[in-house]
Amino acid sequence: QQRIEIHKLRDGDNLILGFSIGGGIDQDPSQNPFSEDKTDKGIYVTRVSKGGPAEVAGLRMGDKIMQVNGWDMTMVTHDQARKKLTKKNEDVVRLLVTRKSLENAVRQSMMQH
Amino acid sequence: MVDFAFKCTVKEPQGSTFIVFLGLLKEGLLERVCFTLFFVFRDPHIQPFGRKASKIDSLRSKVELLKLPLTLSSKSISERKTRLGGATERSRGGAGAHKPRPPAPDMDNESQYSGYSYKSSHSRSSRKHRDRRDRHRSKSRDSSSRADKSVTIQAPGEPLLDAESTRGDDRDDNWGETTTVVTGTSEHSVSNEDLTRASKELEDSSPLECRRFAGPVLSGVLGLFALLTPLAFLLLPQLLWRDSLEPCGTPCEGLYVSLAFKLLVLLISSWALFLRPPRATLPRFFVFRCLLMALVFLFVASYWLFYGVRVLEPRERDYRGIVGYAVSLVDALLFIQYLALVLLEVRHLRPAFCLKVVRTTDGASRFYSVGHLSIQRAAVWVLDHYYTDFPVYNPALLNLPKSILSKKMSGFKVYSLGEENSTNNSTGQSRAMIAAAARRRDNSHNEYYYEEAEMDRRVRKRKARLVVAVEEAFTHIKRLQDDEAASSPKHPREVMDPREAAQAIFAPMARAMQKYLRTTRQQPYHSMESIIAHLQFCITHNMTPKAFLERYLAPGPTMQYQRENGSRGRQWTLVSEEPVTSALRQGLVFSLRRLDFALVVTVTPLPFLNLGEEFIDPKSHKFVMRLQSETSV
Repeated sequence: QQRIEIHKLRDGDNLILGFSIGGGIDQDPSQNPFSEDKTDKGIYVTRVSKGGPAEVAGLRMGDKIMQVNGWDMTMVTHDQARKKLTKKNEDVVRLLVTRKSLENAVRQSMMQH
Repeated sequence: MVDFAFKCTVKEPQGSTFIVFLGLLKEGLLERVCFTLFFVFRDPHIQPFGRKASKIDSLRSKVELLKLPLTLSSKSISERKTRLGGATERSRGGAGAHKPRPPAPDMDNESQYSGYSYKSSHSRSSRKHRDRRDRHRSKSRDSSSRADKSVTIQAPGEPLLDAESTRGDDRDDNWGETTTVVTGTSEHSVSNEDLTRASKELEDSSPLECRRFAGPVLSGVLGLFALLTPLAFLLLPQLLWRDSLEPCGTPCEGLYVSLAFKLLVLLISSWALFLRPPRATLPRFFVFRCLLMALVFLFVASYWLFYGVRVLEPRERDYRGIVGYAVSLVDALLFIQYLALVLLEVRHLRPAFCLKVVRTTDGASRFYSVGHLSIQRAAVWVLDHYYTDFPVYNPALLNLPKSILSKKMSGFKVYSLGEENSTNNSTGQSRAMIAAAARRRDNSHNEYYYEEAEMDRRVRKRKARLVVAVEEAFTHIKRLQDDEAASSPKHPREVMDPREAAQAIFAPMARAMQKYLRTTRQQPYHSMESIIAHLQFCITHNMTPKAFLERYLAPGPTMQYQRENGSRGRQWTLVSEEPVTSALRQGLVFSLRRLDFALVVTVTPLPFLNLGEEFIDPKSHKFVMRLQSETSV
């Protein structure tokens, strides 16, 4: 698990982060190409725009977002997740993400013990 | 006259010796018979004298049979075979009187089959094998219609079906050098044929027939008596003291009409429901029926008692009262009949128990639902359904071939070197052998698997040939339409009736059919005559080849193979730990035994059903598409 801090970029009236999300408890989890377990209804990063603040901060496509600024993202609807990410009065969002390669590394290190 | 048995050895021209053992011939005929036999074996056209003719005929035909493979070129084989078929006879003593005796196939020995000649076979060994089979088949003809004399070679008690398939192989080895022909009968011994016929006659004349009708006759008499009682009640005062009776007006007439109607209803319904010839004799009394008969008897007796005391003695003058009395008796009888209907018929219709019926020999099983019955009635019910549901019991299909199982026996041989007392060693030895056998790799399942696969393949191949042959045979004939009969004088076709048509198209499919039946071990159930009869039936009803074949491709229910000797009935034994008149309940097990197999019946109650209700509004069926949205932030 990795903690990523993204500084929002101000573009006119909007604050953009530079990535797209998919998933949520009201969505269809079998369509998710990034999840290993096709019943996982978490929020996944589906696209990272090049050069955006997310890429700069180290977010990669396929990451699963576990927390946003302390708010849990594993059991939220798609709309709730969007809202938590696009709060207008926050300039910085701190995400807790999980990556598949990270998972494998964690698992391997656990197995060695 | 001195009776003795003698042996006569005759040198057969082709070099093989026949040892003939004839029982109990007269002394003076010794040389004559030997001489005649010698001539007979040389020239088949000599007909020896009188009484010995039939015996020597049978011997001669035996000789002819054995001579067949050697002299293949001399005579036309089909002609020889037809003569053989006419002369040989055998009796199979093995089948007891209880087993149904299936007719053996005699397909090859008919003259219309002469299109198949010996020389058209592929190899000499297969030809040899085939004529050994032919020989056995011609011997296995059902000889119940023939005379007393019979030639038996096999021991009685040997099963009917193995003879054709396996014994031919045993005989192959010793053929050609010496052949022994043994006749098992003489004037003083009783052949197996006679024994079976005698026991059959004993059974036919047994008092089973009388016992079957004793119960219904008794109840019929009682019922008739009960029905005539009201009429007697009415008529006796009229006959005895007519003058002193008070006249009875319209109410009496109404009562007469109702009385007549009720009597008619009683009569008709009791005939329709109760007075049927029963299809089974039960080992013990039928409890409910006895109860009801006792009830009826009690009723009628008490009515007569009261009648005798109150009416006949004081010469009652109130005729209307008497008529009313008779009507009340009829009402009571109607109610008893209603009670009987409920107890005997209706109570058994609502299902309460599930019976599992398993046949002990091959595991064929069925499940049935019955109501509340006693054990014996449940047994009758099960047997009714057995005859129509269970596939027929074929003893040839039972066991694994010995070649697979016997491999286990040939294990290690244990030699004891120099040990004196063998008693201590025997258990040790056997235990060692068992341990060794267990440790050895057991491959018999492998062989079983391959044998099964091979058998399946063979059956399927034969079935394919049969289907093709039958389809092709059916294309040879077509039904003549009515308008075609008058037309086309230039190609006059021979018009046949169904039997001739069946015989005409039977020839090309006969061989394929015979091979298929032999592979599936069904040949004792279908004789050539029955096949032709079935073919004729199918042709008459415009059936397709597939419909014709359905009878042979799957083993049908036992009812299909029953013959019409229904008067003797089938003997079944009910084996049960509880008295057979007790009612069914959970966990009861009883079995129905016949001579060579048994049906084991287990009773379980049907589960109690808790049925709930759920109402679904038809407007509540709504659907949405699944979401997969992607938002950019």
